[in-house]
Amino acid sequence: MTKYDAIVIGAGHNGLTNAAYLARSGLKVLVVERNPWIGGAAVSREIEKGWMYSNCSYVCSLLRPELFRDLELARHGLQIVPYGGGVSITSQGDILGNYTDEQVQRREFARHSPRDADAYHRYSTDVMRQCKFIRPLLLRTPPDPTSMKPRDLRELLFLGRELNKFGEQFIYDTLCFYSMSIADFLGEYFESDLIKCHLSGSGIIGSAMGVYSPGTAYVLLHHYMGDVDGSIGAWGFARGGMGAVSNAIASAFKSFGGEIVTDAGVERVIVRGGRVTGVATANGREYHADIIVSNLDPRRTYTTIFDPKDLPPAIIEKARNWKIRGSSGKLNIALDGLPEFPALGRDNPLAYGDMHFLDSLEKMERAYDDWKNGTWSKEPYLDLLIPSMTDPTMAPPGKHFMSVFVQYVPPKIRGREWTDEDREGFKNTVLDQIARYSPNFKSLVRHVECRTPRELEAEVGLTEGNIFQGELTMDQLLFNRPFPGYAQYRGPLKGFYMCGSGTHPGGGVMAAPGANAAREILMDLKRPNLVPEGWRDD
Amino acid sequence: MTERDRIVIVGGGHNGLACAAYLARAGREVVVLEAAAQVGGAAITREIAAGYRVSGCAHLSYLLDATIARELKLASHGLKWARTGLKTVALAPGGEHLVLDGGRLESGTLSDSDRSELAAWHARMMQFARVLGRQHNRRPPRLGGGGRDELLGAAKLGFDIRRMGREPMREFLRIAGINIYDVLEEKFESPLLKGALALDAVLGTNLGPRSNNSVLALLHRLSGAAQDGAGPSLPEGGMGAVSEAFAAAARAAGATIRTGSPVGRITLDGDRVSGVELEGGEKVSGGIVVSNADPARTLLRLLGTRHLETGFAHRVRHIRMKGMAAKLHLALDALPAFARLPVALAGERLAIAPDMTYLEHAFDHAKYGQCSPDPALEITMPSVHDKSLAPAGKHVLSAVVLYAPHDPRASGDGPRRELLERTLGILERYAPGLRRLVVASELLLPADLEREFRITGGHWHHGELALDQMLMLRPVPGAAQYAMPVNGLYLCGAGCHPGGGVMGSAGRNAARAVLATELSR
Repeated sequence: MTKYDAIVIGAGHNGLTNAAYLARSGLKVLVVERNPWIGGAAVSREIEKGWMYSNCSYVCSLLRPELFRDLELARHGLQIVPYGGGVSITSQGDILGNYTDEQVQRREFARHSPRDADAYHRYSTDVMRQCKFIRPLLLRTPPDPTSMKPRDLRELLFLGRELNKFGEQFIYDTLCFYSMSIADFLGEYFESDLIKCHLSGSGIIGSAMGVYSPGTAYVLLHHYMGDVDGSIGAWGFARGGMGAVSNAIASAFKSFGGEIVTDAGVERVIVRGGRVTGVATANGREYHADIIVSNLDPRRTYTTIFDPKDLPPAIIEKARNWKIRGSSGKLNIALDGLPEFPALGRDNPLAYGDMHFLDSLEKMERAYDDWKNGTWSKEPYLDLLIPSMTDPTMAPPGKHFMSVFVQYVPPKIRGREWTDEDREGFKNTVLDQIARYSPNFKSLVRHVECRTPRELEAEVGLTEGNIFQGELTMDQLLFNRPFPGYAQYRGPLKGFYMCGSGTHPGGGVMAAPGANAAREILMDLKRPNLVPEGWRDD
Repeated sequence: MTERDRIVIVGGGHNGLACAAYLARAGREVVVLEAAAQVGGAAITREIAAGYRVSGCAHLSYLLDATIARELKLASHGLKWARTGLKTVALAPGGEHLVLDGGRLESGTLSDSDRSELAAWHARMMQFARVLGRQHNRRPPRLGGGGRDELLGAAKLGFDIRRMGREPMREFLRIAGINIYDVLEEKFESPLLKGALALDAVLGTNLGPRSNNSVLALLHRLSGAAQDGAGPSLPEGGMGAVSEAFAAAARAAGATIRTGSPVGRITLDGDRVSGVELEGGEKVSGGIVVSNADPARTLLRLLGTRHLETGFAHRVRHIRMKGMAAKLHLALDALPAFARLPVALAGERLAIAPDMTYLEHAFDHAKYGQCSPDPALEITMPSVHDKSLAPAGKHVLSAVVLYAPHDPRASGDGPRRELLERTLGILERYAPGLRRLVVASELLLPADLEREFRITGGHWHHGELALDQMLMLRPVPGAAQYAMPVNGLYLCGAGCHPGGGVMGSAGRNAARAVLATELSR
């Protein structure tokens, strides 16, 4: 039996990033993966012959550019293709489009409200300032505010100084921004309901909150702080689907001598004398190492792969209380042609981006009420994209791949498990909504992969289907992620670490948690740190 | 003394009166101008039918600051308590009920786990609330600006949190920003218990139990009791008696109080206030104007936006200050009998919020501008403890009704009648026969409270108490130190730190700010 220096449980993009840095440091590293494929939720699979689906995550922006550069992911085959466009269409046939040209964008806003056209500049400046503040913090370990250790105090001081640089008003703005609802936040800038709807989608994606819920403004920031090639707030497609991200990181990992075994779900982490010593997998094998890193979410980690006797009871309770309610679903659709949207006309470049069908904040909030009441939204919020328009490798020539992200979808239906009939009903709700805006859409549908939280949990292993491995609310962010006192990637047992999206800075295909955890592990092993520091934007 | 030295206080609410008392004690000439015929603002007692008197808006004292009561000698100015430390009775539709005395279950059925969690929960919440309570009589610090004093103020706040100890601090930082629903779901089993605990977190706010900020709202409510331990209390003679005691203290210190004198406008002389003009046209001059009115009314209406910098006016206009609670007053021919509730408990604080989903559903309607079809209620019958409020053998009932949004769709006679009908229907369900006892009834929607008490939006806290509108962010970021950006103008109402609830701290803090600034001038 071979002994490794470190074992990473789960080959998601964070697990692979973590493993890559450990391997690069010269450690002998093994990644064990339950599925026959790697990638976790950053995965592309050919479900319908000829089509490549980005089955779960579908667009890329948050992936840290520092890591992209440092791991030479381009050389390992990753190409991020930025896309333009994006539009909200109302049931009356009106539209609100995204344009890269500032003047054109201004005119588009002015068409809906001249006041809002002026406010947009102020809004963009304010949000960009928040991005500039937070971006360099993503590749840092959160300080423990209750600790007196020099490192934590230094880090707190650093944070204070960073905030101070932006000035007094910025500090107040930040406090408000992190605690307000997206509707109230946008209400301070805009009057047009459609403009507010159009911008508020980013505040609810993946979250178990409505547009009126305090705390959603932060979620918006979470979706704005990324970039594609330095263009902050831009989003792109990973060429070949989101699996390309995981594959490139895996390739980098292997180039450093790392090893991946698939079809090897971890049954149990072996603990001896208060420290981890290895893992036992479902294929009946044991792998040994003094360092075990979990890429699984905190609930799954502490309630499924440990013998409860090996853990402090407080941790199990924290894991049980970890808020990880799923709220999203996904439809991946193979199309025999390009659907028409009469509101856009033919060949409208807006169709290259995210499409939404929106009318009012109230309608969006009612979609959340459905979720609260235990059913999928009758009028869900859709983030619809046709990646094959930008990336032709996703579908056969002349055919198309449509990715539809759906908010809100509950982890259980009124307290009971999902059934296949429920899933069919959910699927039809979404298809019907699209068909109302695109008359020829249904006739083009060739295959639909419909994923509710049930499928996300069963296939990807995300508990309750939560796409962020845990909700992005104040009790679960920064030094509270995953648990107060455990936010520095170390688990409760010697040699055990966490590296998934359930740790700081959270979900989205960022790779930051994996890299941050690697830095802490290397520090504990007294090895030189290889993880790059966050860049500063100018 | 010249007219320039005179201090004019706009509004004789309890904070305006407290401010007046402190300023007069410091030897300043103070005149309080109150629009209504009696002082007290939203803390008043008034008659709803011959011989029946109720507390017009606020109906329980949770937060009255012990330091202020002592400094102003409110007891010797006539403040007496009919009852302190009311228990909470959580009512279920079937007649089953829980009687809670702080963290102790006095009667009713709870699992062992709930029982022990309840004690721990209460102790924990009190510990956290004490941190907030300690801030009441302090001026909120400015962040990132100002000098050493400001840094020291911020450090004090940090220290208060830190000195709780490591585990409590962690728990505080974890839950302070989130919602009561998630936290109670972690700890308790009994839906009735959770409903009653959640009700305290959402009373008077624009929040449902699942809205973040509701834990903070609960801590605010508890922050008074955490200081002196009294809990919800009933003053003898209704809440108006509290205001009367403040007024007596102010008068004794030499302040002049004029009722029936609504201020129409704050006047300026160059870049400095010169006094006020009453709605009738009379001018009252003074070099300093302290307003007990809400920030929007003070700055946008009485002063006028043309005297404010655009960005500042924008912030004031966007203070969230729409009321969500209605107030029900009933004159009753006899004490109503709540099903299976011992008569001895009828005078406690009765809660109708049988579970958290009930509350959340009530809130869902309010989000869209409708009154809740099944409202939640906080009920008191103060006449049980205080015979002066009703004729012999008769009673008054006062209830906060959740939710009633400040919205044109939910204002006016139709919605008022409907909500009254709904509320009486619910009361009848819990206390069969109650409707037959009703001699007179009154329901005040937020729009009615706005009109009667001159509070913009009818929000009894003069602005929502949420993370983004508290401490150094209240009333607006950058102006939380009571002085407004016009020379000589100050705020002293619930719209400033530490916010709503009859405590007097905003008035006291404002008085200190006035004295500190004017001394250094």
